[in-house]
Amino acid sequence: MHNPQLNDNGELTHLLSTEGLPRAILTQILDTAESFMEVSAREVKKVPLLRGKSVFNLFFENSTRTRTTFEIAAKRLSADVINLDIGRSSTAKGETLLDTIDNLCAMHANLFVVRHASSGAPYLIAEHLRRIGRDDIHVVNAGDGRHAHPTQGLLDMYTIRHYKQDFSNLRVAIVGDILHSRVARSDIHALTTLGVPEVRAIGPETLLPKHLDKLGVHVFHDMEAGLKDCDVVIMLRLQNERMTGALLPSAGEYFRHYGLTPQKLALAKPDAIVMHPGPMNRGVEIHSAVADGAQAVILPQVTFGIAVRMAVMSIVAGN
Amino acid sequence: MNIEIKNGRVIDPKFAVDRENTSLFIVDRQIAALGTAPAGFVAEQTIDAAGCIVCPGLIDLGARLNSIEAELAAAVAGGVTSVVVPPDADPPLDEPELADRLVHRGEEIGKARVLPLGALTLGLKGERLSELAGLKKAGCVAFSQAKAPVVDTEALLRALEYAASFDFPVFLHPQDHWLSRNGIAHDGEVSARLGLAGIPVAAETIAIATIVQLVRDTGCRVHLTRLSSAAGVALAKAAIGEGLPLSFDVGVHHLLLTENDIGFFNTHARFAPPLRTHDDRAALSAAAAAGDAAICSDHTPVGADDKLVPFAEAKPGATGLEVLLPLTLKWAEQAGVGLADALARITCAPAAILGLEAGTLAVGAAADVCIFDPAANWTLTPDALRSRGKNSPWLGYPMTGQVWRTLVDGRVVY
Repeated sequence: MHNPQLNDNGELTHLLSTEGLPRAILTQILDTAESFMEVSAREVKKVPLLRGKSVFNLFFENSTRTRTTFEIAAKRLSADVINLDIGRSSTAKGETLLDTIDNLCAMHANLFVVRHASSGAPYLIAEHLRRIGRDDIHVVNAGDGRHAHPTQGLLDMYTIRHYKQDFSNLRVAIVGDILHSRVARSDIHALTTLGVPEVRAIGPETLLPKHLDKLGVHVFHDMEAGLKDCDVVIMLRLQNERMTGALLPSAGEYFRHYGLTPQKLALAKPDAIVMHPGPMNRGVEIHSAVADGAQAVILPQVTFGIAVRMAVMSIVAGN
Repeated sequence: MNIEIKNGRVIDPKFAVDRENTSLFIVDRQIAALGTAPAGFVAEQTIDAAGCIVCPGLIDLGARLNSIEAELAAAVAGGVTSVVVPPDADPPLDEPELADRLVHRGEEIGKARVLPLGALTLGLKGERLSELAGLKKAGCVAFSQAKAPVVDTEALLRALEYAASFDFPVFLHPQDHWLSRNGIAHDGEVSARLGLAGIPVAAETIAIATIVQLVRDTGCRVHLTRLSSAAGVALAKAAIGEGLPLSFDVGVHHLLLTENDIGFFNTHARFAPPLRTHDDRAALSAAAAAGDAAICSDHTPVGADDKLVPFAEAKPGATGLEVLLPLTLKWAEQAGVGLADALARITCAPAAILGLEAGTLAVGAAADVCIFDPAANWTLTPDALRSRGKNSPWLGYPMTGQVWRTLVDGRVVY
């Protein structure tokens, strides 16, 4: 099947998902990000790679934090950044998603960073750009529905590589609401592509998608069994709205069974790292003693995220 | 008018007729003879069907006619001479006057026959019964909720009891409201991968189990529409085996496609019910091959803008009237089903479900005839379709089998 993320030369032209990307491209992104880490430490934190280019942050769903990290990354690449918080208002005015895109193309956009509540929306945009012959415009998915959040997945990979060097001997656990998590899906594909031998998913059946085993994941309902001897623990945010349906009885019961406490973390390897895509719910999925503890690498994740987003934007815009 | 259709291969699956190079004679809108002309026959019109197959006009168990003129033209262009129209129009077909108007409009247009399904409940809300006898009198061939659920099981029981009192058949789409209301795709590997909310197979099996029990209790004749799963087929077959007055059909797209055809969020592969797994497709195909299931187009014209949106926001369904025949032929070839058997699923099998003396070329039958070239190749493009619905997962694909002439009631309408 035609992979809409790659151009005819097999190079990355859009970043839509970590699924289906060759290992060499994932590694290229991580290596490029590593070279950008030094830029952020400089007094003048800029490189001219995207000078004269316009990056449009198209957030159909609000997220100040993710949008800000993309904005910082684009500015460090010397791009012009235009932030559009579209929310649901333009659709309410009757304009379709693709009408919006056509308008922005006419404003000479070079790169769209897209966040959308519907799974697959960035694919629709990339497909539309191909159809109208605008191969010069690139799309970076900043989170679509439950589907993918590839830059978060990649910054997670960067973090793991930073602390563990090698992917080929790791046991990684992802804990919590995997069903609704685009981060989990992006992590799973990236981890398996990069050669992690054991990826575990831990959560109650109500928060796990069917057929996770087909994605190469081992499922655990018992957190203590699932954490045993892990090198990396990725905690997922539990959205408040998950408490209203029949998915979970209460935040308290969730925390007792699936919250990461120091006692449970002790079952993982002594040098295990704890990650979280943020924003955290302390006392719901993670105990403060763990969130603020020595094994947590949650703030370095944020720093790495800027370098990873710089890498992704410079690579797609260069291809 | 007296018409001779000569030199064709005449296939009438209902009576196992399959004759090469034969003439079919039509007198006064009826089939008058096969092979030898009736005494005194003088042809006013002769149609040379050399190289073509002459078969009964297709009967489609489900097609939406959003823009009725275009869709009825599409029907006859696809060899479909009778179209069963579900009641989920705007407004829903829940009053006799509406059914009456639809039937008359169909007659005015003079293409395919329009066979409306009346709304089982007012506004398809699943609460209060429509005037079923009045709707029947206005021309409704059966009653249905289209794809709207009857959430209240007591209301469903009462509806089936009432319909059974008049021996009215009821078409039901088995889908549990609660398990399907938020779903977008089959609850399986692809939905897990793409992050699409799932519709489990249990949505279908629970609904079938409920309906089967109510059929057992009421004796109402029920036709289950658009089954999508192997487990659903097994339940329906078991109920039929028990002797219950039950039948079922499958949409032709579900015989050929699976959840994998969603690929990277291809909105043309969004269907209701959803495309499911290879095993489900195989079970649907086996049921159609064995003659347990009829095949229909489930024709759903959707505007281009309603497919150029993110997958979850796209309207489900595909255009079907003009691809029912070529897709059925494609399925038959893949499934190793003979031509006559394949044609039976879209002619006499739906006629039997509707209790109509149609779907045959027997002497005395209304002259509804489809003449098609089984070897003609064409490419499905928007321009090739008369339907307003250009929405198809097959756009750009080659099709084999093209309708050349269609007769309805002894008139050449295509």
